[in-house]
Amino acid sequence: MYVYDHYDQQMVDTRVAEFRDQTRRRIEGTLSEENFRPLRLQNGLYLQLHAYMLRVAVPYGTLSGAQMRMLGDIADKYDRGYGHFTTRQNIQYNWIKLEEAPDILADLATVEMHAIQTSGNCIRNTTSDQFAGATPDEVVDPRPYGELIRQWSTFHPEFLTLPRKFKIAIIASETDRAAMRLHDIGINLVKNEAGELGAAFYVGGGMGRTPMIAPLIRDFVPLDQFITYAEACLRVYNRYGRRDNKYKARIKILVHELGAAEYTRQVEAEFAHLLTLQNTAGNIEPPLAELERIKAYFADPAFESGLSDSLDLANADFAKWVATNTAPHKVPGYAIVSISCKPVGGIPGDATADQIRLMADLGRDLSFDELRVTHTQNIVLPHVKKADLFGLWSKLVAADLATANIDQIGDIIACPGLDYCSLANARSIPVAQKISQAFASNGKGEKLGELKLKISGCIIACGHHHAGHIGILGVDRKGTENYQLSLGGSEGADCSLGTITGPGFDEDGIVGAVEKATDVYLANKQGEERFLDTYRRIGMAPFKDAIYAKEPVNG
Amino acid sequence: MVEQHLRLRSDEPVADPAVTVDSFAQQTNAVAVRLEPGDDARDLLPYLTRLKLVEVNFPAFTEGRGYSSARILREAGFTGELRAVGDIAVDQLAPLRRCGFDSFAPDAPLSDADAEAALSRWSNVYQPAADDRTPIWTLRHGQSR
Repeated sequence: MYVYDHYDQQMVDTRVAEFRDQTRRRIEGTLSEENFRPLRLQNGLYLQLHAYMLRVAVPYGTLSGAQMRMLGDIADKYDRGYGHFTTRQNIQYNWIKLEEAPDILADLATVEMHAIQTSGNCIRNTTSDQFAGATPDEVVDPRPYGELIRQWSTFHPEFLTLPRKFKIAIIASETDRAAMRLHDIGINLVKNEAGELGAAFYVGGGMGRTPMIAPLIRDFVPLDQFITYAEACLRVYNRYGRRDNKYKARIKILVHELGAAEYTRQVEAEFAHLLTLQNTAGNIEPPLAELERIKAYFADPAFESGLSDSLDLANADFAKWVATNTAPHKVPGYAIVSISCKPVGGIPGDATADQIRLMADLGRDLSFDELRVTHTQNIVLPHVKKADLFGLWSKLVAADLATANIDQIGDIIACPGLDYCSLANARSIPVAQKISQAFASNGKGEKLGELKLKISGCIIACGHHHAGHIGILGVDRKGTENYQLSLGGSEGADCSLGTITGPGFDEDGIVGAVEKATDVYLANKQGEERFLDTYRRIGMAPFKDAIYAKEPVNG
Repeated sequence: MVEQHLRLRSDEPVADPAVTVDSFAQQTNAVAVRLEPGDDARDLLPYLTRLKLVEVNFPAFTEGRGYSSARILREAGFTGELRAVGDIAVDQLAPLRRCGFDSFAPDAPLSDADAEAALSRWSNVYQPAADDRTPIWTLRHGQSR
């Protein structure tokens, strides 16, 4: 994985010094909260309901054991002994003191980490496929390109004051594991007919109050021009994105209002202009030698060859875990392991300092010192020998990290909601806990197979509810929490947005409604159909009939 | 005319008041223009030879369009004074400078020491912009530019 050279280290160290100075000015009172706010946000520091929250960047979701260990140590040293992995492949700490924030950033810098641009109206941390470099279904490892985007977008002087936040995802697989088309820019690395690599650009996706699936605006940008193309996409947005209304300021609204064709025309014109700078000092594109330098860091680890794929599955619990929490690896005898941070009744994405350090050690010892954070708020060990799986599983069991529920109804995505977030309208965590408990105790969780349930505590949709096979949105209805149910969303290659079933429910009612929806699926399922497939085949009506049949609707 | 400002040029400042983009197009002897956030910097490109000063207004520090305006003018070869005016704090100086501004007239005065510190803080940059700094990804491979 990528290792900082003295340039990278100097940039991060300088940032720590700058933020220490800004924080000092704030505490002394020479910097007003109004002026400090955008500065702290660009260092990932939010003011939440009870305390400051710090969001730490995990570029393209990849971590070393030492980095993961530091995340555990920070949870102990500066927080209350736990951290929260987020849908942006980052980690958040919820109980931070302002005066300690510069020290946390300094600790992070010792392991080549930071909180740069994890918030604010700028280009955020780039996300990617959590199976990158390990999965057999990718065209190329997308992370070197993600690293180029990291460098290009870090402190980009023209794009630090965008109309709104800006999220880029990059993948290189038709199996989209990163919700690529629900980003401001989604890049899919593809090969053309001549076998050359290039970047397909999808622009203008997003969730929030007006969810949009990004349209394809260019099917192939040559790799020696793709940073320039991204620059053109951003410049058109910075100049023409709406600044009069923050709910209409995301690029999806610009693309929607102009139409994809007109937005594309403007990008192409800007791109043509930027290409004229190619042989001047203003050349936007990094040298190809830089891409080659970065790619060397992402070369395959020293996999053993000739390993067997056979596994002793005599232990039923182990067998169940292998079936749900491991995925095929590109090298025989290895597996990709997903560690669920969704124990039954737990807070989705939370992990204790001890759990984080244990995962750090397991990643170091059993996965070539590599871990990944997933947008579904779990942790991945990308390169585990099958022969090591049973030993790994045993250690995870002892640490309450072996829940066998990846991509099942218990693997809920939930935002922090009103328990922490100053923007939320309703709590997400208790709803997630109740649903997780209900489906564990009625035993249906496993029977339902793949079923992605996602909960947001407000319309901003951090919990990706629009993209859930089952989505839940918490709203404030005349002073009480109310939950809207939607069905049929998907974040994958078959990307779709969920449809609201009808009137909302209270906290217990929403759990009952989810149970009824799953009963409709089980009664109508044909063959190997997933919940989503059955919904798409039979439509909303049978679900609606069952959900609203007898019980009076609350709200 | 703003009285006090930070200027990183050695030539004589333009004494003429900056006029709006519309007036500028009509006044064939005007040499100074003021760009508001909604103005298109490319409207000025036909007049670069007579243009000596472009003032770019930032009515609020959250207003980011002026950064693009500045780069567009520099990319087109404008070598006159580019002055950022309005709600500008010391923390914006470095990115403004990188986008081609060489003159700053903030609503609230800046301390010289803070401005100096802000402009000299970053010894390197990751990406090219409108200043003459060589990005790290070029330095790594032994080219000056």
